[in-house]
Amino acid sequence: MSLLSTLARLEAVRAQRAQPLATVRHRHLSDRPMVLVPLAAAGEAGAPLAVLLGTDRREPRLHFVPQPLNRTQRSEFLAAVAREVVPYLESFGDEVELLEGSEKDPVSGEKVPVVRELCADAPQLIVPNAGGVAHLALLGRSTRFRRTVEDPDPGEYPSPTEVPLLGRWLTHLTDRAQVPGSSMLLAMTGLLARHWATGQSNLEDQHLAARLAWHLPPAGLEPPALGAEAAEWVESARDGEGLLLHPPAGPATDPKFDERVLAPAILRHDAAVAVRERAGAARDDAEVRRAAALVERAHAELARVLLSATLPAWHDVWNGVDLLRALPPAGHLPDRWEGDRWSFTMHRERVAAGEPPQPRRDDAVTAARKLAQREREQAKLEIQEALDDPLAMAERRLAGEAFAGEVVDVVPEWSEGRSPKPRPLLVVRTGDRPHADPGREVHRAHAEPAQRAEIVSSAPGEVVVRLLSGMGRRRDPEPGSVPEPGSTVVFTLFELAPRQSAPLPEPADTPWTHGGPPVAVEDAPAGADEWE
Amino acid sequence: MTQHMDSSSGPVTGRQDAAAEPAPGEAADRAVAGILDAVVRPAPGAPRGVVVDSPPGAGKSTLVVRAARELVGAGERLMIVAQTNSQVDDLVDRLATKASGMSIGRLHASDSKPAPEALRHANVTAKDKVADLLEQDVVISTAAKWQWVRTEQPWRQAIVDEAYQMRSDALLAVARLFERALFVGDPGQLDPFTVVGTDQWAGLSYDPSSSAVVTLLAHNPAIRPHRLPVSWRLPASAAPLVSAAFYPYTPFRAGTGPDDRTLRPGLRGDGSAVDAAIDEAAATGWALLELPARHTVRTDAQAVAAVAATVRRLLDRELTAHSEQGSAPLTPGRVAVGTAHRDQAAAVRAELARLGVPVDPAAGECVTVDTANRLQGREYDVTVVLHPLSGRPDATAFHLETGRLCVLASRHRHACIVVARAGIPELLDDHPATEPVQLGVAVKFPDGWEANHAVLSHLAEHRVRL
Repeated sequence: MSLLSTLARLEAVRAQRAQPLATVRHRHLSDRPMVLVPLAAAGEAGAPLAVLLGTDRREPRLHFVPQPLNRTQRSEFLAAVAREVVPYLESFGDEVELLEGSEKDPVSGEKVPVVRELCADAPQLIVPNAGGVAHLALLGRSTRFRRTVEDPDPGEYPSPTEVPLLGRWLTHLTDRAQVPGSSMLLAMTGLLARHWATGQSNLEDQHLAARLAWHLPPAGLEPPALGAEAAEWVESARDGEGLLLHPPAGPATDPKFDERVLAPAILRHDAAVAVRERAGAARDDAEVRRAAALVERAHAELARVLLSATLPAWHDVWNGVDLLRALPPAGHLPDRWEGDRWSFTMHRERVAAGEPPQPRRDDAVTAARKLAQREREQAKLEIQEALDDPLAMAERRLAGEAFAGEVVDVVPEWSEGRSPKPRPLLVVRTGDRPHADPGREVHRAHAEPAQRAEIVSSAPGEVVVRLLSGMGRRRDPEPGSVPEPGSTVVFTLFELAPRQSAPLPEPADTPWTHGGPPVAVEDAPAGADEWE
Repeated sequence: MTQHMDSSSGPVTGRQDAAAEPAPGEAADRAVAGILDAVVRPAPGAPRGVVVDSPPGAGKSTLVVRAARELVGAGERLMIVAQTNSQVDDLVDRLATKASGMSIGRLHASDSKPAPEALRHANVTAKDKVADLLEQDVVISTAAKWQWVRTEQPWRQAIVDEAYQMRSDALLAVARLFERALFVGDPGQLDPFTVVGTDQWAGLSYDPSSSAVVTLLAHNPAIRPHRLPVSWRLPASAAPLVSAAFYPYTPFRAGTGPDDRTLRPGLRGDGSAVDAAIDEAAATGWALLELPARHTVRTDAQAVAAVAATVRRLLDRELTAHSEQGSAPLTPGRVAVGTAHRDQAAAVRAELARLGVPVDPAAGECVTVDTANRLQGREYDVTVVLHPLSGRPDATAFHLETGRLCVLASRHRHACIVVARAGIPELLDDHPATEPVQLGVAVKFPDGWEANHAVLSHLAEHRVRL
């Protein structure tokens, strides 16, 4: 934890209210995000129980599995979710930009012009917390290999056609969510944690409602309050029957809720279905009608209790969206969002081209490529956040990685040689204490074009740097390229453009140290697993 | 950190029975001869890699130089991969000194110049393009630079130095450049790391964020790691502790006896706790200078001042270090300060400068102040260590990492003085390891918790309260 975020936490404790960690919004927020509040069933890893989803905060739509152990019902649930989520995702493929570029022809080796499509916008899913992202990843993993009736060998339990498609999208989105700074799938707790500090621990901050209690008085708390007291109330206050007044945001549910509300409702539903089946077997029409009404009632009761378990988190997520929308967007957001748009466009093309689902495990080369991409994006994110946000830059300045100050003197000097180039000295008055040894290369923030300099001397209160580039090709610097005395400058000790990643071999050229080229393994048919 | 489980050797708990073992020099020679045989004259069908585990100061660099000379002598073109520019420059300097007949190419990045020590030799050529170096007997560069090398003529032989600090993905990118390789490294030092999430690959044999040697051994089970059994750096007072605490399954011993090394102050102590700690360290090889328990910020001003005062007094008291290499005064260049974080190193450097201790390498001989990561592979007569857990309210995985403490506690030839706030054992007891267990990931022994306790209980016998 940096000094500034520690300070912000202390201030949050004193004020009993969240304190800003950013002056701008560092993640893209879509105009039309889809919010999902997924719940998992206890007792089986990754078993879905319900999801409340939608793009309109006034119209949440609930889907659930009446008997979470029933694979047929689970399949129907996933198909229903797919029918909501996939059209939303695909709707962003309608509008594309055409970009002209060039590609190396594989045969002739010459560059040939190509036109590539880039989707004008990309979808955005928001879940309450990191557990929600992990749950979607599990759903993706368990569904993307499912066989459907369209398969040549559909197996004994073909799933609806939308299900494997949903699995591929969820896998793509959850994988992309691992890329620092990406915004196609976001957890609200993470978003809030980047922008505000609370006066509680990081662990407590994972509870969305408890986090929000440092921003807004929780609904139902009388008298309204903020801060630690309100957070404790939403975490732990229970009604007369022992149920949490503010259920957790999932995917795990409150065990008391499972025991006292959910399990009995599932049992009633199971019983009604059993009665209906017996009546059907006995061809007793009157009894079938009576049982059907029972099933319907039990189903409605389940819907009611699951809605009550997800609706508070639904409102919490939207309240979080409101808080974030009040922040002005950071300058580099369009740049990073373009990365998400490319990611979306490429996956859409892979699906359209009929490529197989993502493999169960990355091979050695793919894993190394993904790691390199994430490290590159992490470096880019840190640079861009520092440039976009004085508070982020302040953290770097406090860490001795940057300094800001006023130019008090400019000494024009030139390089030696036949065609001297400008090498002016800047005397910068600063209260910062950068770890700047003489000769160290520094970079001027917000310079266009990029400008390098080197430290000439560094003393408390004053740093002297020599500008080395970004002043044009002539003897005298381009107008405006050298800061005037009295102007404010920021120099960073870190580079302002992330380094390229080194090339990696093709998977087919995986070396002996890493087991040689991957052997194609036929993925076990997913329809063969145990069903009921 | 990875320890190779070896059923034939149990954990050592103290000094080993010297009578049952060959003399240190003999044991080390035998191990080196076996390694050179495997590298230079591999048996038909032998694995393509040779792995050597080397504890701190066991002659790893000497081994690399000897292997390079023998390989070049046998007519091989050789490439050497090290992990940092300073490691590469050190190696170039050493190799050029020991083998003046060998032509050495130093491949460097276009935006960084090699150190002057590496360039002062007539047989060293430095270029930023590998095409200009293909005629050299040996070409040396960092893993990061090798990854960019494209060449039609791969090498037959490579030496990978500090291989345990190399990441698996870096090896993936450079392995195309050679057919056979000698991997040398210290399994007890810091693991490679990344700042982004890699959980999805945990347990895969080729997890790109794991150590290159771990991946190599997983895919080449026929490779049996060799071991260097003797530390020539660590004194007899330190080798048993470091071996038992950090290398419980691959023990090693000191190459020198308890009386071979002495450290004597020229001036009497002034009665202060700092001087008492120096006396204790000079007499026993270890001292713990303990400040009162307190939670502090990372750059704890009092602890930093205590570190700086210790260094100042070390230099003022005209100590003489006597060893098998002869007697020498303890000068600033023979002293290092180790910290966990860069800002701590910066704070110590500032405080030392205020006390008039030289810390700027550009101005001549100076005290080295750096983090554990950068002290890896370095050697000094006396080290002063700011304990990674000093003043902390919590014990995170970073601060508990075994390799960090191991590096800090194994840089010295004579004595190590640890500066810490009281209460670290209690802190450890309050923070048992909570890292999730990942399927397929080998359990690491010892864990940081265990190793920290082992070192602290030893240091407790050498405590001086400030």
